[in-house]
Amino acid sequence: MSTPPADPAANAMRSFISDIGPTISLALESCVHCGQCAEACQYYVQTGDARYTPIHKIEPLKQVYHREVGPFAFAYKFFGLAPKLTTEKLTEWQDLIYDSCNMCGRCSLICPMGIDIADLVEQSRHGMYAAGLAPQDFLGALAEKEHASGSPFGLTSVQFRDLLHDIGAKHNVTMHVDEPQADIVPTVSSIDVKTYPGSMAAIAKILNHIGASWSFRTDGFDADNVSLTAGDRDGQNVITQSIVKAAIAGGATTLVMPECGHAFTEMRWEAANAYGKDLPFRVVQITELIAEHIASGKIQVNKAPQNATYHDACQLSRRGGATAAPRVILAALGVALHEMEDSGDAGWCCGGGGGTALIKRAQPLRDKAFAIKQKQVEATGADIVYTSCSGCRQTLDHGGKAAGWNKTVGSLLELVADNLIPPSPPGLPQPAPLTSLKAPAGSGII
Amino acid sequence: MTLLAFARGPAMQAATLIMIAGMFWRLAGILLLRRKTAHAAARTPFLLRLAGGAKTIVTRTVPRKNFWPRVASGVSLGWVLHIGLFVILFAGAPHILVIHQITGLSWPNLPKGVIVIASALTLAALVALLARRLTHPVLRLLSNTDDYLSWLLVFLPISTGILLSGETVAGYGTLLALHIFSVEALMIWLPFGKLMHVALVFAGRGMMGFNFARKGAAT
Repeated sequence: MSTPPADPAANAMRSFISDIGPTISLALESCVHCGQCAEACQYYVQTGDARYTPIHKIEPLKQVYHREVGPFAFAYKFFGLAPKLTTEKLTEWQDLIYDSCNMCGRCSLICPMGIDIADLVEQSRHGMYAAGLAPQDFLGALAEKEHASGSPFGLTSVQFRDLLHDIGAKHNVTMHVDEPQADIVPTVSSIDVKTYPGSMAAIAKILNHIGASWSFRTDGFDADNVSLTAGDRDGQNVITQSIVKAAIAGGATTLVMPECGHAFTEMRWEAANAYGKDLPFRVVQITELIAEHIASGKIQVNKAPQNATYHDACQLSRRGGATAAPRVILAALGVALHEMEDSGDAGWCCGGGGGTALIKRAQPLRDKAFAIKQKQVEATGADIVYTSCSGCRQTLDHGGKAAGWNKTVGSLLELVADNLIPPSPPGLPQPAPLTSLKAPAGSGII
Repeated sequence: MTLLAFARGPAMQAATLIMIAGMFWRLAGILLLRRKTAHAAARTPFLLRLAGGAKTIVTRTVPRKNFWPRVASGVSLGWVLHIGLFVILFAGAPHILVIHQITGLSWPNLPKGVIVIASALTLAALVALLARRLTHPVLRLLSNTDDYLSWLLVFLPISTGILLSGETVAGYGTLLALHIFSVEALMIWLPFGKLMHVALVFAGRGMMGFNFARKGAAT
């Protein structure tokens, strides 16, 4: 969206209208203006500014809905109850739709009318992007680059292949790249590529350990999908389709998503819609795969007695249904888990979700959101915070440094990779597998 | 035709027609929009998704304990209002009589004194909710004409009902006519404003519960 559209409001309006179906319509019709969503939103809770009320953030979408689509649109239009959307209004709402929303879905969890407000924000961002109003510094710019090159940092297939070989050599792990056939195809997040390359070595180590037929694909690898959070539907589909095509080309039966919340949301829950039919492979997040193999006994881990807490990535737990898996893993590792006051499905976002970590001007607001997490982590008395999302990990790392706290932030994936027990030679007794994928009793997670 | 006869006859018929037609129009306008198929593999079978929807219809009545401290006052007032309305409507002798006349169904009523107390509590909750709406920054920002009109249209039947039970300010016939007119005003507005949540609350919660159960996520 380098060239601003001639009529941004008209573009936004068309985008809004094209997104509206029964679910969104029901949501937009249902609000009773109770204001409870504000009390679940970290931006309102931390600032007391009513503008940050989640349902208020989607006002432009609601305005277009009532004027153009709703059952009483004729009356809204005739009596001027819903004015025509203007570019000025969209511009005024830009910080509400982007800077102050992590799409974390806590508001959706509290809404007594069952409105998925986070989903409405996602649709709102589609309109904003179509209007050329995604914040350019850096979210919009990265989405544009991703749309054009397949990676927000412009990483080419050749560069990715070289990177994987370098990582393999550095970590002494066999990398499988572009194998003609592989049951499991893992993907990566651009944050891992840029900041946490060790996580790619960890994935390789674990997949080698379970003896899987697996391979990275250089024709579709970066699942970060910045376009999703920026609101670029076309870019989102380009990334998704390239990964789907690559997995199919490799004959995958399982596509493994990296430690990245929004990547999981896209590939697990939205990719099949972009593809237009059921995907010919299953999509799992890496912690789910590890938990499965811990349960089956294929993964055995050393005890890693640590005083730790776990930060749930909103897209994996509350929005993705993968809340139990990390707790199964932590229990297998013998980690003394100290849950935060609000954890699991009700946990707070780290402050960087929904692409806000990529909006430069949002930093002061992000710091305020992070303060809740900081307080809750400190209250646990844990020394280490584990997470399964590199975006959260980065936000926690940066926020922690800025706050000067003495906590270590770690990747659950890397913790497992560092503690794998090699399989016993044939003939020797094998440890008994776990029989359940449920979270440990007393963890408060179902 | 007397005022009361008009209220009980043509006015009630018109209000009922408008309410039913309006509700039908609004629900059809929502549900008949083009539906997109969700292709992603569900974590749960269809029956469990349905169960998730049904469960959410119930569970969203009470906020999770994590949220409770911040929403306790507003939610408590809402409960008093809704439970009070339910008691007045379904346990008050005159209302049971009306229901019996329409449907043939009947059940024992609560004593008049209990209904009067329930009405007073409901009215007090309604006034407190209005005060909250006028003073809370979030509610002030969100509120529009519909919120205040809907408030008034709930306030009037309750207050005229209380007056009717005492027959203090006017004769029974006049008060009853005013009470019925106030109910009819509420019925006429119901499909067009937020009072429609009487139906949408089930649809909204059910749909969310179904969709989130599909993901195996918390509902």
